[in-house]
Amino acid sequence: MPKLNVNGAERDVGLEESAPLLWALREDLGLTGTKFGCGVAACGACTVLVDGKPTRTCVTPLAAVAGKTIHTIEGASARAPWPAVHEAWIAEQVPQCGYCQSGMVMAAIALLERNPAPSDADIDSAITNICRCGTYPRIRKAIHRAAEALAKGPR
Amino acid sequence: MIKSRTRRRLLIAAGLVGGAFVVGGYFFYRPRDRLRLPEGLASPKGASWLTAWLRIDAGGGVTVAVPRQEMGQGVTTALPMLVAEELDCDPASLRFEQAPVDPVYANATLMADGVPFRPDDHSWLARLARVSQYKVGELLGVQATGGSTSVRDAWEVMRRAGAAARAMLVGAAAARWGVAPGECRTELGTVRFGDRSLRYAELVAEAARQPIPGDPALKNPAQYRVIGSALPRLDVPAKTDGSAQFGIDVRVPGLRYAALAQCPVFGGSLKRADADKAKAMPGVQAVIELEATSTSAAAVAVVADRWWRAKDALKALQIEWHDGPNAKLDSAAQRKLYADLLDGDEARTYESVGNAPLELAAAKQVVQARYEVPYLAHATMEPINCTALVKDGYCDIWVGSQSPTLVKWLAAGPAGVQRDRVRVHTPFLGGGFGRRAEMDVVVQAAAIARQVMWAPVQLIWSREEDIQHDVYRPMAMASFRCALDAQGGIRAWHNRVVGQSCTGDFTARLQPAAASDLMKDKTTAEGAFDLPYAMPHRLVEHVLVHQPVPVGFWRSVGHSYNAFFVEAFLDEVAHAARRDPYEFRRALLAQAPRHLRVLDAAAQKAGWGSSLPPRTGRGIALAESFHSIVAQVAEVEVGADNALRVKRVVCAIDCGRAVNPGIVERQMESGIVFGLSAALYGEITLKGGRVEQSNFPDYDVVRMAACPAIETHIVESGWAHLGGVGEPGTPPVAPAVANAVFAATGQRLRKLPLRLA
Repeated sequence: MPKLNVNGAERDVGLEESAPLLWALREDLGLTGTKFGCGVAACGACTVLVDGKPTRTCVTPLAAVAGKTIHTIEGASARAPWPAVHEAWIAEQVPQCGYCQSGMVMAAIALLERNPAPSDADIDSAITNICRCGTYPRIRKAIHRAAEALAKGPR
Repeated sequence: MIKSRTRRRLLIAAGLVGGAFVVGGYFFYRPRDRLRLPEGLASPKGASWLTAWLRIDAGGGVTVAVPRQEMGQGVTTALPMLVAEELDCDPASLRFEQAPVDPVYANATLMADGVPFRPDDHSWLARLARVSQYKVGELLGVQATGGSTSVRDAWEVMRRAGAAARAMLVGAAAARWGVAPGECRTELGTVRFGDRSLRYAELVAEAARQPIPGDPALKNPAQYRVIGSALPRLDVPAKTDGSAQFGIDVRVPGLRYAALAQCPVFGGSLKRADADKAKAMPGVQAVIELEATSTSAAAVAVVADRWWRAKDALKALQIEWHDGPNAKLDSAAQRKLYADLLDGDEARTYESVGNAPLELAAAKQVVQARYEVPYLAHATMEPINCTALVKDGYCDIWVGSQSPTLVKWLAAGPAGVQRDRVRVHTPFLGGGFGRRAEMDVVVQAAAIARQVMWAPVQLIWSREEDIQHDVYRPMAMASFRCALDAQGGIRAWHNRVVGQSCTGDFTARLQPAAASDLMKDKTTAEGAFDLPYAMPHRLVEHVLVHQPVPVGFWRSVGHSYNAFFVEAFLDEVAHAARRDPYEFRRALLAQAPRHLRVLDAAAQKAGWGSSLPPRTGRGIALAESFHSIVAQVAEVEVGADNALRVKRVVCAIDCGRAVNPGIVERQMESGIVFGLSAALYGEITLKGGRVEQSNFPDYDVVRMAACPAIETHIVESGWAHLGGVGEPGTPPVAPAVANAVFAATGQRLRKLPLRLA
């Protein structure tokens, strides 16, 4: 039975290794910010960071994350780009229904961690999550805004 | 023809008699006081409700009861703004709660909008029909979110509530100071008299004992400070840090989870399921067979301690189905049937002016074409789900629903409790688009909870169940014939559309006894029979067809296909008349100044007429829907592989005035992307009575890389013309893109999704 390192804490969920990470987070750890969207890694609503990499948890068994560091939206503040991303998301008024936004925010944090000044093309290839409300233009602006804030350094 | 016109008059007459009874009944019963306090409103310590619509908390926060459900459209911000304006409180003090289920929060505008009259028809007949329907809405007392009605329905009552509460606070302050209320004034949450002042929070207990004034004075719109501002949305912070609660996030003690498999063939039933094998699997607690109802399909559900275990156990059931009578249904046969019906003798007239058939028969040149669109799924991001608990004679339901009143009514039967013993809890909706007006999952969850007595059960549909058991945007087909006049304008126009009725299907699902083809469903022909263009002879008809595929309301409903048909065909007519499509529309709108201004705004901001790179084109389209007028110009680049790249969409909207221009702009973006997904990818097809698509890999939608740059321009025409914004952004985009493809390639695409040969 694997232990999980989630948002800086060791958690023992007592589930088998084949259990999907998404549902362990949602049902066993009460971390409902990470969403179920498609179950086949096609929509990105379930994105979390596993050792800093954006990972679609609906198809990720617990065995695959043993010994790795997991950050969900609830623990996003531990990642350096969070304050800039959070502020940009609010400034651009990104969310509508809001359901896909945890996955979007985590994907954006991962992008900014490895590419602090992404181009539009970089955003196109990194943000492949689905939003049915069509918040894409706002997400694009928010990522650029966050990148600018990060470039200016901590305030 | 004559026959159907006579029948139409008879139907209208019958409707009017019914309406007269309702209007009579309304005066007999006296109007519902929409400000009165409903029973059971909860107040935290030190807080009091002033009217049904707002509460002032001890700390000075103003909590507004929002009667419509938040599904992304911004109602939990726009509606509190109406209250704040008249209450004269600081917008920073605004909070919101979703209102409980009570008739005081009913949406009567939604009913009034359903009558089959043009929005610009102000004849006594049209007015009476609307008033009657409005009163029916009030009497039924249904809370429903849809039809882009939220702001329009709340406009009077929620401003009035703010004004009434302000008067009560002033009255309380005046009584305390022993002065006349008329000598007091208010300022951002404070009542003042001379140099004396009291904050609203200090007065609320006394204010709550003041009578609720029935007709408080309202501000002159010139004084507005909150209404008309781009106030940031109140729900955005919680939707950015993961703390927002959707239906699927409901966690109650002892919660169990259910997954289900529904009969893949529409109208089929269960033959056999191996419950024993599933029950032996880890965590599995029950296997429950659900018979088909008018509301929901035949299904087998597994209840377990984890959802993924319940879903895994479904495979072990090795279910066999009776396919039923629709096992041969397929898309090719449906298309043939619809094409035949376009040529048939039976059609219902939605609009007949002049004599279009005669004019067309006499015309030298007739432009004609046929168009079609497929079924579409909603694919809300939050999969369909509902949590239910049946205990001690009560049923608690937690569900993101567009109609909590219907949830109350529909859950009672399967839960085995009285209607007034159903308690509905309404978290955020992870997308609605019309899908969450349906009660299928509610009926199923209540039936499951009744069998798993004492424990709450959260039923979640997989994405596959969602795509294959939606209520679909109807497949539809249209024929057009058009004759030009000597000046290059339109002399005669004949448009016939074939398809199912969303309203009819919806009614049959909820209340089979009330379903009837007698009443014309406005939604089937909306966007076709109510055009603003000058067409002296016009005939618009619809052929109603019944199919086993359930259809339902899908963002902008009939406008979603009729705008594509009409605006793409109009482009063909413009080219046949050798006119620029924008100038051609302008000439037809000489008597429609509001439409003209919106069209001009979109064309000018898009740089209509300026040069473009090779294989790139611009297309224009205009559509009025839900009392708002929207024009869009799309710029499309056609790649060497014939792939379509929509680079830019310029949008102009006249929704009267914008309560919150920031929200209007974002709703336009949202509607455009939604419509673009349908224009470029959306297609549900049937084979062997089953839906062939199952999840995003084969039912794709627009993602970041395919999303165009979008600009929105708001054209103001005054508060008297208040229109909706949730849906009107969707209809024009498909025809604008199709027309741009024609401009770029010379190929006319008459079928969605758009694919170049």
